[in-house]
This record gives sequence, C-alpha cells and structure tokens, in this order.
Amino acid sequence: MNAQFLELVDALCRQLKKEEILLCYLSAERSDFVRFNKALVRQAGTVEQRYLTIRLIHARRQASEVIALAGSADNLERALVSMTRLRDVLTQLPEDPWLLIAEKPNSTSVERRGHLPHTDEVVQRVVEAGRGLDFVGFYAAGTIYRGFANSYGQRNWHEVDTFNFDWSVHLRADKAVKDGLAGFDWDIASFEAKLRRSADRMELLREPPLTISPGDYRVYLAPRALEEVTGLLQWDAFSARSLATRQSPLLRMEHGEHLSPKVTLSENIQDGVAPGFQQDGFVRPGQVKLIANGELAGRLVSPRSAKEYGLDTNGANSRESPESLDLAPGDLPVDEVLATLGSGLYVGNLWYLNFSDRPAGRMTGMTRFATFWVENGRIVAPVNPLRFDDTLYRILGENLFDFTREREMLLSTSTYDERSTASSHLPGALLGSLRFTL
Amino acid sequence: MQDTLRRKFKSLHSSAPFYSLRFVDETREQLAVRQDTIEPPRLQADRGAMLVAVSEGGYGYCATSDLSTTGLQAALDRATEWARATRTLSVHRYTPETMPAPRGERLTPQPGTSLSRSELFDLLADECRNANIDERIVERYAGLDLRRVEQLYLTNTGGDVLQQFVYTVPYAHVTANAGTETQTRTFLDAQQGGLDRIPRTGFVGCGKRLAVEALQLLLAPNCPAARMDLLLMPDQMMLQIHESIGHPLELDRILGDERNYAGTSFVTTDMFGRYQYGSSALDVTYDPTLSDELASFDYDDDGTRSEKTWLIRAGVLQRALGGHISQLRAGLPGTANSRACSWNRAPIDRMANLNIEPGSSTLREMIGSVERGVLMRSNVSWSIDDSRNKFQFGCEWGELIEKGQIKSVVKNPNYRGKSAEFWRSLKTVGNRDTFEVHGTLFCGKGEPNQVIHVGHAAPACLFTDVEVFGGEGA
Repeated sequence: MNAQFLELVDALCRQLKKEEILLCYLSAERSDFVRFNKALVRQAGTVEQRYLTIRLIHARRQASEVIALAGSADNLERALVSMTRLRDVLTQLPEDPWLLIAEKPNSTSVERRGHLPHTDEVVQRVVEAGRGLDFVGFYAAGTIYRGFANSYGQRNWHEVDTFNFDWSVHLRADKAVKDGLAGFDWDIASFEAKLRRSADRMELLREPPLTISPGDYRVYLAPRALEEVTGLLQWDAFSARSLATRQSPLLRMEHGEHLSPKVTLSENIQDGVAPGFQQDGFVRPGQVKLIANGELAGRLVSPRSAKEYGLDTNGANSRESPESLDLAPGDLPVDEVLATLGSGLYVGNLWYLNFSDRPAGRMTGMTRFATFWVENGRIVAPVNPLRFDDTLYRILGENLFDFTREREMLLSTSTYDERSTASSHLPGALLGSLRFTL
Repeated sequence: MQDTLRRKFKSLHSSAPFYSLRFVDETREQLAVRQDTIEPPRLQADRGAMLVAVSEGGYGYCATSDLSTTGLQAALDRATEWARATRTLSVHRYTPETMPAPRGERLTPQPGTSLSRSELFDLLADECRNANIDERIVERYAGLDLRRVEQLYLTNTGGDVLQQFVYTVPYAHVTANAGTETQTRTFLDAQQGGLDRIPRTGFVGCGKRLAVEALQLLLAPNCPAARMDLLLMPDQMMLQIHESIGHPLELDRILGDERNYAGTSFVTTDMFGRYQYGSSALDVTYDPTLSDELASFDYDDDGTRSEKTWLIRAGVLQRALGGHISQLRAGLPGTANSRACSWNRAPIDRMANLNIEPGSSTLREMIGSVERGVLMRSNVSWSIDDSRNKFQFGCEWGELIEKGQIKSVVKNPNYRGKSAEFWRSLKTVGNRDTFEVHGTLFCGKGEPNQVIHVGHAAPACLFTDVEVFGGEGA
C-alpha cells in the first residue's frame, strides 16, 4: 500500500504546474466487521476502502478533494481529474490569510504487524464461547493505513494491524455487563477469560434492581464511565479556536474557575496509537499538556488557528480535538474503591452525555450497563438508569476525592467513516458527590 | 457507468442463490465563509459498491471501491464466503427466495438554477458580514453543503433500481459573548432539492437575525425552573420525534441488535396494535411521499418499495420501523427503512421521514391557552437513556408565556421527561400553517457506525406539566 501511495503521489507531483504545491493524505483500511446478537452472528462482512485527500495550493489559494481510490489502474486518472477540478476552483478563490502548511520535510514511518487470524475462525470460537449467554458484540479487525506526502518531499507512513472487540452480556432488558478486548495480537484465551469475567460479573445483576431517587450521591466512575466525560470534552474543550471564540466548555477556567489539583490532562501522542502526523504535514509533539494540576495549561492549535490567532501550532488536527488523551493517575488503589466509596453508586458506564449549559461546563448524561448501589463497601444491587446533571467544576473540581492509582488504556471503538485510531488512558474517579436529576 | 456496471454484474458468479450489488456514487462540495474569510473549499468524489450474498441460512457482504470486474468478483467471492461461514451461526435463518427483486427508477429533475462558485461565496459572505453588528459577536459562520448521490441496486434475480438524489443544505451560526456568558444561534435548512430552493429557505437575511437573537440571549434571564406547559416549535419537534419516537420504534433495537452500542428500546413486540404511546392527538407517519423531505426515496437499500405508513394513530402504537429482514425476524409488519449511509456500510433499520401529522389549532390559539409555560425552538442539547425513555433536551431559544401571551425571551431553556409518559401529555397539535419540514444529517447508529440523514416534519405541539429548567447561572 505504501509503495502504491508513493508511486501515485510521485506521478501527481510530476504533473504540478509552476509554483503549485501538492499535499496528499491517505486514509485506508481493510476491515472485517462482525456483529453478534444472542451469541450468534447478525451481520458479517468485509470493507476495503482507500480515500485520498488531494490538496492543491497555488498563490496562497487552497482547495482539497477526497476521492475514493479504485483499482490501481484507475487511480492516477481519477487523481488527475481531481487536480484539474481543484485548479478550476482555485481560480475562483482569493488568497487564504490563514494558510499554514509544513514546508520543511520531516519524514517518519511506523509499521506494526499484528497477529490477526482469519475472521471466520474467530467467529466460530466466539459463538462457541458465548453459548448460553445473551452475548451482543462487535468485532472489527484488519490493517489501518495513514499516509502523508507533499511536493516538498515529506513522506509519513503509519500502518498497524489491530483488532477491537467490544461486547456486552445481558441478563434482562437494560441490565448488562460491558467489556472489551483490543490490541495487535488476537488471543482466544484472553477473550474467553474476559468473557468469563463478564459472565461472573453478570451474577451481580441478578438482585432486583433498585430505583434511586434524584439527589446527590457519592459515586465511583470506573474508567469506561470517565471516558464518556472526557469524551464530551474532546468535542471542543481544548480547541484554540473554541477558546478564542469563547465557545469552549472550559470558558470559566479563563475567568478564575479551576479543577481539582489532582487533574492533569495531556494529549499524549507518544503513548497512543494515533499517527504522529496530521493532514497539513506537521509532525506532532510527543505530549501537549492541556490541564496541569487543575489549571488550564495549554490548547490544541491547528495550523489554521495558529495563523488566525498568532499562536504556534502543535500539530493538532483541523477539529483541534485530542486523539490520545491521558489523565494522570491518583493515589487510590482500585481494590480499595468500594471500601472508600462506603455508600453510594458504582457506575461502570455512562452514556449519551451532552452539555446542558456549555459555557458553564454543565453536562448531563445517563448511567448504563453495570451500575450498582453500594452500602458499607459492598455491592448491594443493580440500579435502574439514572440521569445526572452537574458541572465539570464540581465533578472534577470540588467533589473529586481521588483518581485510582491504576489506569486503563481504552482504544476507541468508533467506526464512523473509518476505524478510529484514538485512545484514552484513564483512571477511575471517586467523587464525594454527583447530582442526579431523573 | 450504470450500463457498464450492469454488464459487469451480469458476468459475476456465485454459489449463493441470491446476490446483489449496491453501487453508490456521491459528489459533494462544502463551501463556507467564517469571520469574513473563505474557508478552503472541500470537495468529495466517493464511489464504490457493496456486494451481498445470501445463501440458505447465511448472509455476508463485502464492500469495495475497486469497480473492475475482477474487483467486483473478488468482493462477491468474499461475501459468498461470509454467507457460507455464517450459514449455521446466524441469528436469523436467511432465505434467498424472500429477498426482493425490485425494478424502478427515481430520477431528479435538471437543476433550475445554476450559480457559479463565486456567486455562492458572495451569498455566504453577505450573511457572514451582516452578522457583524456588535463587538460582542465573536464568531460568524455561513456554509453550504451541495451533494448529489446516485444509487444503482442490482440483484441476480432481476432487480434493477436506479435512484438519484440532490441535496442543498445552507447553514449558519452566530455566537455572542460577554464575560462568562456565550450564546449561539444557528440556521439549518436540510431538505432535498437544488440551488433553486435557497430563496425559499430563509437563509438570505439569517446572518443579521441570528446575531440580533444571540445578543438578545446574552441579556435574557435564565429559563425558569418549574413544571409547566411546553410549546415546542417544529425545529425542536424534529429532535423530540427523532429521539423518543423514532429510535424506540426501530425494530432492530427491539430485536436486540443495538444493545451493545446505540441501545435497546422500552418498546416491546407485544405493544404493537394496543399500546397508548401518546394522547389521542398524536398521529405519526412514516412518509416518503413529501418529495423535498430529506429521506424521501422510492426503494430502501434492501429493495423494498416505500409508501406512507401510519406508525401511531390517535396515540395508539401501530407499526414498527423495520425493514425486510427485521420484519421476517420479528414476524411483524414494518416499513421500507433498511438503509446504509454509503457503499461501505451494510443496511440496517433507520428512520427515514418520520412525521407528525398536523392538527387543527393555530399558533395563536396554542399560546393563548397557556397559563404559564415556555416556547422553545432550535435544539442545542440532546441526551436520552439507552432504552430511549428518560430524556433531557435543551434549546437555543426560549420565550416565556404567561396568561396566554409571550412575555420575554429566556436563555438556556431545557426540559426533561420520559418518552413513555411525555407523549401522553400532548395537549394540542398545531395546524398546517405551523407545519414545517426539517431534517438532520447526523443520526448515528450501528456497528460498524453509520451516520445518516433523516427527515422530520411536524407542526408546533403543546405539552402540559413538563419539567422545565434553565442554565447554571453566573
């Protein structure tokens, strides 16, 4: 794939006219996707897709087109047609004052081979392992390719074999245990062990569920629940553009609000699985500190925002959203969580978060899957879904007791348009109080 | 291209008794002006095909952008392998002979208006510039999404459906800020049609209007918190229908397919035909016949012919949103709503056009009947549990109603409730004059994930005794 990509880019570069600049970004994958319901297959298939973004710049004017690459013989023809179309668009544009691209070549290459067996075998074994359980899940596996090349001679390549299996085991209605397994090397024994753990944990759901009245409760948010909170912040909390236009949910942090000193949050590309380069050709720093000891410490600055606001870019993507979020651990050992919680809610998962007052950092969302009422450090019973509505400054500020000492590396399960390479490295969070409203 | 594909498809071979090809060719152009600066235009030329094979008991697919005969045959081979491999492992015993073999054509008319890219940029620049009315305006954005889609569906059993779609979607937002207070007003008109529909959308002039309204919201008090009447205008009814009628009625949720991701439903198969979903004022239809609505089509992506269908009549639940395969699995009638977002995703049960039929009240009568309540428009926040029951929604714009009259603008209007109870509090449904067609481009669901467009048309609707509240305060 890399050779085909470079051959195509070289051919396109040869067609450039005087003073034209070309940037190309390849986003491709070959994926097997299998959906399971009731421990049987609902839908199984394979997707092979290759999208090339061609960006043409001339006289400080720029436009881009994403084309689906077809059979190799047709690729150059389609790309040349696209370049012709882009040349026409450029004639109708004024200069772009916020154009910024990497002009000094900085080439990189990462290839990580994994062990992914033929998916038919995986399916057979999963169905056998899930027999007797109400197992629902989604297996995605295959090779992900990202490539960048420009007419300055920069070449970047990122190729990884990964799998991501995300599942839930259901007892009845919405009472279920959620878990997952992701990585580079598929191992059926690891899957079977984790599935057995899911089944064991499901036993905790057999007690009749409690309906908890709205109010303020002590809460433990497991890493997967906290991932939903940080996931909401990924929308635009750390975006230089959102902060400059006063739309970030962290707006009040620029007016004296702060989080708990225990909160230190970074974009940690060096320890994630996302490519270390972006579509403008900038190679990202290994780490960008976003919140340090509860104070706003940095922002994600795309090249475009850098020009607009007179900042230095740190290679953020155009949406200025983190892709490898890293939250520093606390001091609370995981095996002391229930005892420290005492009486309150153990929240395994949250769901469908949104802002109920964005500039105030107030958010709402639901509990989901394995959420339990705990008394005197012991799980008593599952609870019916509850809605919370509270501000970030209370959740990760005045009401944060501690983060756990242990963290989980959660690889994104998102497959919108393509398989995501985002990840989050998160501890659990014990809160002195969280406000539930429905 | 179509005839070439037809020829290539005829030359393919598979051991599966049924196989199909769904070709999607989509071109798109996104133009925008932000802060009086043209954003780099983004074009897209996407095309590919999904091959599906159905053998006795099994189903498989393979999607490819390699449209050569060799590429298509390789994809069909892989789909056939999947169908064979899942023959005894599938949640449903697929039967090749029940797969539809439709024949039809839905062609879009030639565009009535042609504007150059420069003229389109001028249109956007005007709205962006006209929003610059005050130093508290901190962001101004106007954009246009132009999309053409052609789909060809072929089956080895003689099916042949060609459908074309054109979408022109203008949008804008204006944001105002003062200290720790930020308010945004947005414009979106998402329907099918060409550029000639822009003058009818209200886009021209929206820049200044949005700016004025954002500034008004900066100075407005928070929405009061109490149980009171709630008057939802059609652009918020869109979200209310979508989340708390549309998703709960999707048959694949009810059958459990989505439990690991998008969620389940509080609706169960035994409720159809008898469950009182809402008050007797509630009539809900799946209606593909409004040609401009976002998700109007003649055939869904499994080849089922679409027709207007009543889902809820006089408040009683009648029918689920389930496509051909879900109907067979559940033993229930459904609708033609098996849809995929593109060539590289398999069809699943989606909403299409899901509408509330108009009633008989004028807007003035509805406002006049309110002792104390809030009118809300323009969704800004949405959250609902995985059974699609407990919800909380927020709007950009609120107006306090007291003693039958609009009194003042209120900011951060939110409300919460439970789907299973909320629709029974529907008191009055607006007449045809209050009826508006809306839609969303971003309905997410499925594994692998798919984001798709859906249409929702509704009149203004008045609900009683709803928990309403405002923002956090200073």
